[in-house]
Amino acid sequence: MNAADLPPTNGDNPDWDSGTAELGHILKPGQLDLSHKVILYLDDITVSFDGFRALNKLSLTIDAGELRCIIGPNGAGKTTMMDVITGKTRPDEGTVFFGQTIDLTRLSEPEIAHMGIGRKFQKPTIFENHTVFENLELAMKTDKRVWRSLFATLDSAAGDRIAETLQLIRLTTDADRLAGLLSHGQKQWLEIGMLLMQEPKLLLLDEPVAGMTDEETERTGELFLSLAGRHSLVVVEHDMAFVKQLGGKVTVLHEGSVLAEGSLEEVQADQRVIEVYLGR
Amino acid sequence: MRPSPARTPFIVRLGASFDARGWRLSGLFAAFALIAVPVMHLALPADHPLHLSTWFITLVGKILCYAIVAVAMDLIWGYGGILSLGHGLFFALGGYGFGMYLMRQIGRDGSYQSDLPDFMVFLDWKELPWFWVGSDSFLWAVLLVLVVPALIAFVFGYFAFRSRIKGVYFSIITQALTYAAMLLFFRNETGFGGNNGFTDFKRILGHPITAPETRVVLFALSALALIGTLLLARYLVRSKFGRVLTAIRDAESRVMFIGYNPLWYKLFVWTLSAMLCAVAGALYVPQVGIINPSEMSVGNSIEIAIWVAVGGRGTLIGPVIGAFLVNLAKSWFTVSFPEYWLFFLGTLFIVATLYLPQGVVGLWLRLRARRRGKGAAAGEPPAAVAKGVGA
Repeated sequence: MNAADLPPTNGDNPDWDSGTAELGHILKPGQLDLSHKVILYLDDITVSFDGFRALNKLSLTIDAGELRCIIGPNGAGKTTMMDVITGKTRPDEGTVFFGQTIDLTRLSEPEIAHMGIGRKFQKPTIFENHTVFENLELAMKTDKRVWRSLFATLDSAAGDRIAETLQLIRLTTDADRLAGLLSHGQKQWLEIGMLLMQEPKLLLLDEPVAGMTDEETERTGELFLSLAGRHSLVVVEHDMAFVKQLGGKVTVLHEGSVLAEGSLEEVQADQRVIEVYLGR
Repeated sequence: MRPSPARTPFIVRLGASFDARGWRLSGLFAAFALIAVPVMHLALPADHPLHLSTWFITLVGKILCYAIVAVAMDLIWGYGGILSLGHGLFFALGGYGFGMYLMRQIGRDGSYQSDLPDFMVFLDWKELPWFWVGSDSFLWAVLLVLVVPALIAFVFGYFAFRSRIKGVYFSIITQALTYAAMLLFFRNETGFGGNNGFTDFKRILGHPITAPETRVVLFALSALALIGTLLLARYLVRSKFGRVLTAIRDAESRVMFIGYNPLWYKLFVWTLSAMLCAVAGALYVPQVGIINPSEMSVGNSIEIAIWVAVGGRGTLIGPVIGAFLVNLAKSWFTVSFPEYWLFFLGTLFIVATLYLPQGVVGLWLRLRARRRGKGAAAGEPPAAVAKGVGA
């Protein structure tokens, strides 16, 4: 799989390079400001559930175009972190900024999705009673207000776009099948395809290769690598071989905050990380 | 759905919601309601074997109104996954809105020969309350029927859906809503005739309301309203809106994370459903000649859900069939074994829920699929069965 297979996503999107002007720059409302080459700032985030601190003063930054892996034992706060970024959970303390200007703690889930953050759940979440084609159609980046949906028709450009994504996720022959009838790995791919249809700038992927065969896992890794650069990706994963294949910077979460950060070799050599994973 | 030319006029796209068979059936039904029924009722002598009695016209006309309610219920329950147990409220509000006009049409022909409706004279009121102003106008009545239930549904729905109230909690709140409204309408001071409601209507647009010609016209209007409701509903569920709606039903969080706000989708279909119920109520009241607060009772609203469950959720045509089956059974039962009706209804609901998840339409589709599937190894169910798409 190479870049030519990919749908035309954000490569030539003008607001991807926004804010590089020498003397200040003007942003339209909702436009992403990447002038400092950082796409996501989490600062001092604390989230408590009934006294349990799921996130404890978590601070993390993701660079534009980066492919970041997040690992950590169960209960380290990985999924809660994604909930905070996507607006599902409001932090008790701390700030979340998308680019320099967009405060995510003040936006709802659909608004955050519109800003350009796509999320893949741990359990594949697709529309099982819709066909594969319809799943992609619903996810496609477009005006998603009621009035538009009432009168929407699919033009040929949109049809082409869906066809390209179908090819990319290797579900072309399954386009008219109900999504609920796909295999587990195919469902994972369909959800990734839906994410791509949204043309997000930041993709959050929660255990994207769980339940996939080795071959599927490897193909997924290739896909992610080809997306990095044009998109920023945050991958939560337990599969160390997969993390190794992705090769980017790794962040280890433990008890709701960052324990270590660096290349996979560095964090694997870190004494505290070994303690956390192996127990004392 | 596959790419199609974008600039097809809306009316053509609306018409394309029915396939050829759908239009044939609608045409047959319209011919029956607009031509056969008037001829058989008005032209044939009462002792002719094909003569349709007033009883028949009233009964079927009433069930046509119920069928509209059932389709409205299917839109929110079958497709939106929102079970309302208070839809009788919107039906009754539509009935009351139009009933106000019918009360004013009585004029001075009431028992007290007053300009005021009888119940106001009885309460010793000297003038019409402010909310009765304009009720002598037919157009104002139509406006009331459309706007008041829609407004109440919109405001209620906005707060309920914004607070993300779902499932059984939503059902219980709707039940409480209709019950509270019933208690309010039972009070004489509310200004809607208390527990007697409105009755003894004389005229509609100047025509005597019990005249056979008037009945035939009301029957035809109900039939047309049902066809219109089905067409609109079919368009909605086949549109992208419909696909988003069923997606919300199946995986609401995914819908939010791909950028749709479920609030407005739910609110649109909820308000539309309430308006359809109100139109049905307004057509119902002149045909049965009475509206009182018992229409808002909790039992009535639950019955609506039973029609839909028996006919087949998420099929649109199923609820129409369900409304006819249950109400025809009811009119027979309540004459022959009145004390057993509720037991029968309860049993029917349980049986439908346990053994017929998609009602009689689902049963029929499954039987047909089995007949066709014989010989061929049926690996996966046909999409039509799994998606529950009827005619």
